[in-house]
Amino acid sequence: MRELRIIVLAKQVPDTRNVGKDAMTPEGTVNRAALPAIFNPEDLNALEQALRLKERFPGSTVKVLTMGPGRAAEIIREALYRGADGGYLLSDRAFAGADTLATSYALATAIKKIGDFDIILGGRQAIDGDTAQVGPQVAQKLGVAQITYAEEILGIENDRIAVRRHIDGGVEVVEGPLPVVITVNGSAAPCRPANAKLVQKYKRAKGRQERVEGESYAHLYEERPYLNITEWGVADIDGDTAQCGLSGSPTKVKQVENIVFQTKESKTLSDSDADIENLIQELMTAHTIG
Amino acid sequence: MNSVFVYCEWEGKCVAEVSQELLTKGRKLADTLGVKLEAVVAADDLSGVEQQVLPYGVDVLHLFEGEGLFPYTSLPHASILINLFREEQPQICLMGATVIGRDLGPRVSSALHSGLTADCTSLEIGPYEDKKSGKSYDSLLYQIRPAFGGNIVATIVNPDNRPQMATVRKGVMKREIVSEDYKGDVVRHKVAEYVSDTDYAVKVLKRHVQPAANNLGGASIVVAGGYGMGSKEGFDMLYELADVLHAEVGASRAAIDAGYCVANLQIGQTGVTVRPKLYIACGISGQIQHIAGMQESGIIISINSDPAAPINAIADYVIVGRVEDVVPKMIKYYKQNSK
Repeated sequence: MRELRIIVLAKQVPDTRNVGKDAMTPEGTVNRAALPAIFNPEDLNALEQALRLKERFPGSTVKVLTMGPGRAAEIIREALYRGADGGYLLSDRAFAGADTLATSYALATAIKKIGDFDIILGGRQAIDGDTAQVGPQVAQKLGVAQITYAEEILGIENDRIAVRRHIDGGVEVVEGPLPVVITVNGSAAPCRPANAKLVQKYKRAKGRQERVEGESYAHLYEERPYLNITEWGVADIDGDTAQCGLSGSPTKVKQVENIVFQTKESKTLSDSDADIENLIQELMTAHTIG
Repeated sequence: MNSVFVYCEWEGKCVAEVSQELLTKGRKLADTLGVKLEAVVAADDLSGVEQQVLPYGVDVLHLFEGEGLFPYTSLPHASILINLFREEQPQICLMGATVIGRDLGPRVSSALHSGLTADCTSLEIGPYEDKKSGKSYDSLLYQIRPAFGGNIVATIVNPDNRPQMATVRKGVMKREIVSEDYKGDVVRHKVAEYVSDTDYAVKVLKRHVQPAANNLGGASIVVAGGYGMGSKEGFDMLYELADVLHAEVGASRAAIDAGYCVANLQIGQTGVTVRPKLYIACGISGQIQHIAGMQESGIIISINSDPAAPINAIADYVIVGRVEDVVPKMIKYYKQNSK
């Protein structure tokens, strides 16, 4: 039995799945402020796989690494509530505007700073971009193998890890070396809920930017070091600013078009029997159906 | 001149359809740019590959044949592309937005420090001016894709890094043979010169691939349900309508997230792209991600209790009403009239 050093890559994302009417302005643009910020769903699947490994291999540690603004410490807290041992928030203006390549540079550089690891886990993709690129790019930058679209970690023996993957039209079981980067598919087991005791323990855990002056519980942060969520800027991870954020991103956004659908001529029908029968007859006459 | 490359997936005996679709797109891009189209295939046994690739207008076909290259694993295929691209310096590389393409593309792009855009719905060549640097470019690849949960459509370019890489889902591009006897060169490479022994670190122990559970991609009529179906039981009503119309059932992401049906029914940017002659959208609001996967349908019927549902804007017929009222009526009147 060995103790595993596990790092979970997670992202706080706008909840693009539930874009309600108030999330669009009258001009048809996205009102980002109206979208709640959530733990990227597949990153939660990844966290669950990490926590299961921790249970199977006592003494293992699970640390969460995320990049974002100060408020992104929220997802590290959520991970602590579910059983993670600690977290790191990469937060710096120099990281802003990063495409997947610049993001993976920042994450890989931070992982090197954290130190040795056995397994990096992350969601297959984030719902605000749906690219699935960061995991493999981090693996390449760290020079380790990758296993994407993972559904379940089946076991670890002699430094070889067996993983079931969800592939196009089927499943595949692969075995690879440690250390490794694994991205977890949404079809994997859902993440356990927050644990009430851990919520009590970590509810005051904060990153530097979240702290406010004159907190009545400020003394807690010295008494209980685990309440301090590590926050790192580019300099803290010995990063190269040129490879971070917008300047480190080969892809540029040329144009962004908000979606305003072009209305084409359409017939509006009621749900009355007559309207529906007419429609069915019309489609049958045109041989569209039947 | 620097060519357009397409990475072709090998499915055991044949090249994946999506790869042939990309060859057709790649041919058009190469013509616009006045350059060659080149293809790369890697597997253990590539007998018969030439006839499946060259007719799409491929000028150079790069073959990597060797043990351990099939089934696909990330590292050997990544090493092949990374090293081949260092030699050949392609300006564009396309691959399928499949499990393989989305595993391979980012690894290759990271090694070459080139930009990659996932799940493009359209690819074009056009000029670009970088306002910051003042540099202008004559003919970049416009990589067009919905973003931000499908609420915007972004055009992405890679001004300075090569190759410009993009993945595209199956069914988004059309597949067209240029000529059955199109003359292209076939280059057989020595795998060991591109792949190191340590690249074979990941082994496939078991593999179970089933033929597709549905035929959404090829269906001529699609009945699709969204979050508005209200429940799994409500959604099940669509199978009945599909059955009488000889249609396939599809779904929006919202319906799948809500657990109304299995994930492989998803239509849209991150699911299947369909082009049926008739598309019946039931309780689907119509996020652009979904629209991207069905907008080329011939006739679109939208059944929605919300007259302002976005999908209604692209529908030919809008039935304002509750799906649970309308769908049974459609079944009833179809049965009555088809006798």
